[in-house]
Amino acid sequence: MSFLPYAVAAWVMGVGLYGIVTSRDLLHMVICLSVMQSASYLVLLSIGYVKDAQAPIFADVPLSTRAVDPVVQALTLTDVVVGTTVTALLLALAVQTHKRYGTLDPQELRPGREHVDG
Amino acid sequence: MSDRVRLPVFAVALTGLLGLVLWGFAGLPDFGDYAGPYGYILNRVAVPERSTTDVVTAVNFDYRGFDTLGEEFILFAAVVGVASILRKLRGERTRPPDDDAAGRRAPLTSLTVRVAGLGLVAPTILVGIYIVGHGQLTPGGGFQGGVILATALLLIYLSADYMTMRAVGPLGVIELAEGLGGAGFALIGLSGLVAGGAFFQNWLGKGTVGDLMSAGTIPLSNAAVGLAVTGGFVFMLSEFLQQTLTRRRDHRRRRRARRSR
Repeated sequence: MSFLPYAVAAWVMGVGLYGIVTSRDLLHMVICLSVMQSASYLVLLSIGYVKDAQAPIFADVPLSTRAVDPVVQALTLTDVVVGTTVTALLLALAVQTHKRYGTLDPQELRPGREHVDG
Repeated sequence: MSDRVRLPVFAVALTGLLGLVLWGFAGLPDFGDYAGPYGYILNRVAVPERSTTDVVTAVNFDYRGFDTLGEEFILFAAVVGVASILRKLRGERTRPPDDDAAGRRAPLTSLTVRVAGLGLVAPTILVGIYIVGHGQLTPGGGFQGGVILATALLLIYLSADYMTMRAVGPLGVIELAEGLGGAGFALIGLSGLVAGGAFFQNWLGKGTVGDLMSAGTIPLSNAAVGLAVTGGFVFMLSEFLQQTLTRRRDHRRRRRARRSR
């Protein structure tokens, strides 16, 4: 079953993408993008996993203990930060979209349908 | 695009994408068969070299410190981006929260939420500082602790209201924290150059492995990043919460017009 984590990652990416494509609400769409991105955490952590090894923290275990790859874990932290910032920016855009169009349904967003006022 | 066209198009695209993904995954090592060598090398050398017991933190704030500076600037750019997207536009005004339903009072936050929320503020701040401070020893660090610290201010919002939160953490202080943290982290990197080494060289005394004050510049970097992340998150949350008080001037007129249509 050594392929299972990769299969889960592909599945998570797939459902996230399906959610984005069929979304009728911009907030839902932003969350779907977050779901899709979490697939990349799974891939990164799976690549660095070592069978029967512990976390790369040597606070109370001898230095010779087998541990998983710390580099991909550090990259995952970067990934999480990037994901958060993208979510924040997209949510801000959704707020402004709602102000301008009065709706969050992407189907309703067409040129010329914005409220002309201000 | 109508839903009837959309799904078949998506199915075709997904099949192609899935093929590419599977092709890519086929080249990855089997799960649990990490081949190295960098992870294994770092796990051997990081503890004696840098006096940290958390190798992930050693990678983030020392070996890969330069990349983390980029990560920090991504966060900074997002904060600036959110601030400029949500800036006050022409025709917008800030109104008191009860303006929409004059004569009707919004129900007060329940006593349970207020007591539980306010009671959690101090422990949350303590946990946040602990996580920031122990980044070099146990899992955690500036990013994780900073988010926890930002939660403390959000708890004040939950148990009181937005204005109280603004009074506890004025926007000027928040912006200062974000700026000082970001600049401080960059300066720690530059200090490596001044000390005669490379950018982000860990030149301070490493101390004893396992001590709170060990690992040279790593705890300082964590403190700076913790400050920046706290400031950045509180600032972004404030910007979003501020939006609940902002309305376009014609908002109510428009709604009335739509109703009569």
